[in-house]
Amino acid sequence: MGKLDSKIPAGSLENKWRDYKSSVKLVNPANKRKLEVIVVGSGLAGASAAATLGELGYKVKCFCFQDSPRRAHSIAAQGGINAAKNYSNDGDSVYRLFYDTVKGGDYRAREANVYRLAEVSAAIIDQCVAQGVPFAREYGGLLDNRSFGGVQVSRTFYARGQTGQQLLLGAYSALSRQIAKGQVRMYNRHEMIELVTVDNVAKGIIVRDLISGEIERHSAHAVLLCTGGYGNVFYLSTNAMGSNVTAGWKAYKKGAFFGNPCFTQIHPTCIPVSGEYQSKLTLMSESLRNDGRVWVPKAQGDKRKPSEIPDDERDYYLERRYPAFGNLVPRDVASRAAKQACDEGRGVGSSGLAVYLDFRDSINRLGRDVISERYGNLFEMYEKITGEDPYSTPMRIYPAVHYTMGGLWVDYNLMTTVKGLYALGECNFSDHGANRLGASALMQGLADGYFVIPYTLGEYLADEIRNPVTPVTHPAFDEAENAAKERINRMMNVKGRQTVEDLHKKLGKIMWDYCGMARNQEGLTKALQMLKDLKAEFWSDVKIPGSINEFNPELDKAGRVADFIELGELMVRDALNRRESCGGHFREESQTEDGEARRDDENFSFVSAWEFAGENAEPVLNKEELHFEVVHPSQRSYK
Amino acid sequence: MEETINLKLKIWRQKNTVTKGYFETYDMPGVNTHMSFLEMMDVLNDRLIREGKDPVAFDHDCREGICGMCSMYINGRPHGPLKGTTTCQLHMRFFSDGETVTIEPWRAAAFPIIKDLVVDRSGFEKIIQAGGYISVNTGNAPDANSIPVPKVVADEAFDAAACIGCGACVAACKNASAMLFTAAKVSQLSLLPQGKPEKDIRVLKMVEAHDEAGFGSCTNTGACEAECPKGISISHIARLNRDYVSASLKK
Repeated sequence: MGKLDSKIPAGSLENKWRDYKSSVKLVNPANKRKLEVIVVGSGLAGASAAATLGELGYKVKCFCFQDSPRRAHSIAAQGGINAAKNYSNDGDSVYRLFYDTVKGGDYRAREANVYRLAEVSAAIIDQCVAQGVPFAREYGGLLDNRSFGGVQVSRTFYARGQTGQQLLLGAYSALSRQIAKGQVRMYNRHEMIELVTVDNVAKGIIVRDLISGEIERHSAHAVLLCTGGYGNVFYLSTNAMGSNVTAGWKAYKKGAFFGNPCFTQIHPTCIPVSGEYQSKLTLMSESLRNDGRVWVPKAQGDKRKPSEIPDDERDYYLERRYPAFGNLVPRDVASRAAKQACDEGRGVGSSGLAVYLDFRDSINRLGRDVISERYGNLFEMYEKITGEDPYSTPMRIYPAVHYTMGGLWVDYNLMTTVKGLYALGECNFSDHGANRLGASALMQGLADGYFVIPYTLGEYLADEIRNPVTPVTHPAFDEAENAAKERINRMMNVKGRQTVEDLHKKLGKIMWDYCGMARNQEGLTKALQMLKDLKAEFWSDVKIPGSINEFNPELDKAGRVADFIELGELMVRDALNRRESCGGHFREESQTEDGEARRDDENFSFVSAWEFAGENAEPVLNKEELHFEVVHPSQRSYK
Repeated sequence: MEETINLKLKIWRQKNTVTKGYFETYDMPGVNTHMSFLEMMDVLNDRLIREGKDPVAFDHDCREGICGMCSMYINGRPHGPLKGTTTCQLHMRFFSDGETVTIEPWRAAAFPIIKDLVVDRSGFEKIIQAGGYISVNTGNAPDANSIPVPKVVADEAFDAAACIGCGACVAACKNASAMLFTAAKVSQLSLLPQGKPEKDIRVLKMVEAHDEAGFGSCTNTGACEAECPKGISISHIARLNRDYVSASLKK
């Protein structure tokens, strides 16, 4: 086991969480008032945790870099949220949701965590409805469900195409209520730039006020990182512009292990890149694949308009290669197939990096009205962005980075390898294995924040009731603040020639080319060196305008990009080490004869937990072996 | 197809809250019409940084029209000329070659300017904190289907809940009133059965917080509805007014 203790409770899978809840240490209300908790991030995980801990009586401080907690990128999630309610009476159960999630994650997640996630899923829906989240309803007034990629039941609750928005606003309203009560103190436009630890125990954080540029110290009995994913390491992704890894990365450098950094989800249906100036990618909901047919021309370099290409010269490659699932294969499979078609020179559009998603046949079969009712808002959004009408000409789509399954390693309590430091939501590595199923990210963020951390935090804080918070005058705060300041000064004083964007784009290209949809030994080895060079380039040639003590978004971004470059190196290292294909991680050396992913359970059925070993030292790999007691890993097949 | 246009940008520059602002004009040749408005601003900023000048500060995050962070007043309209669209989703093909585009921050006393096009919208936070919620602690919710909500009611509540809190309604209003923003939340919660128990106190407190935050009074001009990127209907203000009168009478 080494340094990793996942602290999974004993007992059968179904009873673990129940027994844990009955035996976990409690903190009495009078003591809760004395305990301070810092929550970094205000998305689904952060807002739900901060609100719930505030309700319980803890003294909470919550930080976000945007101007309001309501802006967090959870807001952009479209599709829905899974829950094992079985309202559809179609045979769903906690076990099935658990099973689908473990299988969908290609058997690289911890059974006990996933089971707990499935178990609390139903309560999430109850909570959100009570808050006034306007989920879609049937005419009888009860909640509506829909089906979602890769599963055989309808368990997805949704609020039009804006489920993330409505869930976040629900959590935000609960948070706002606690702010008004004085239970939570909210710090908007503040960014965490350093973690403060004493003897490997989290004691507080250093933040930067993004308006004034001033550095502040905040101490607490526990620190919760709810800072989302790191997809922006690829420069272009469906993440918000500000989404970053900085808080998690600082924690890593202070002793929190990083789990499975190379597990990235690349979503198959995004609007393709249109030019050099492109700043981000827009997702088109996966649901479009229910009625759209994916194809490319059979011939290479066929530049005819799609309407001029007759059917027998089109390759409906998903239907051809995966007759059982067709256009509805899981995200990772669909993404790789699109890449292969484009690599063969059969991509479409001006860049050749796109495939068609064609609604012609569905419109002929069902009529334009039906298609419009199902996807009208998506078609409109597509037209707004591209200027093309998907009713008359096929959409062009291409895969894009969407979600990161990897993140800070946490035990069953969601505690990292730094005592008192927790990671929730997308920020941790825990529940999705090597591939996340649709409509499960919202579920996990809220599960962690509303229903897991309120219990597991008590287990730690119960022993802290006699300890006052570490004063911010403690030398550990001096040291952390000085390190943060020194870094900012150093960055500002480079006064080089390349903008932060230049360097970020270079990083994105390296990551996409060598650590994207397909990875191999040679490319990864090359990337490792390129990233070392890029890091040196950043610190010798970056150009940041303005000054430190003012509102300076370029400086904020520079700090984030510097951390992304270092993270990139760790991702590449992890991808190099994992010489198997699983979920979103496809190693070209590990594939079947017909080009499908080949998982290697014998050698790689573990979580990679990387340990920082010093600025110029190679990180140390710790392995948490995965034990499957209930589910038996099998090779996924969609043919 | 690659198409480009040449523009002049007249942009409000203001160093911080206390200094006086001014318009500065920039030539923007060769703007690709496939760009989004914010990508055009990125291109401008890239140039300014390379020239050693101060880039234009503006708020933005998701660039998908849902986070509500972006906030530019373009050619006299919040979020620019296209109906039902946030600035981040506005594309340059809606502008013509040779045009001068004027870009200002939201202008309202309750939204002080932080820098250039960035304003402080914390007044909105105060309004929500005053009562924009249902008082239900985590863990004590009944089964979700124990509270049936007629579909039409749920849909109407959703229409109100679609508000992204961007502040366009305030910027569009000659009184700088935030009544559409306030009403959207009041209406969503008062429509739903879950929100009924706190209906009266909520509307009173939220309206009070609205006024305290320095937003102006609503005179029903309808400019907010016309400019709202999410199409929030002014009928929610009517509902707020009814709720407010009824709650005041019970006081």
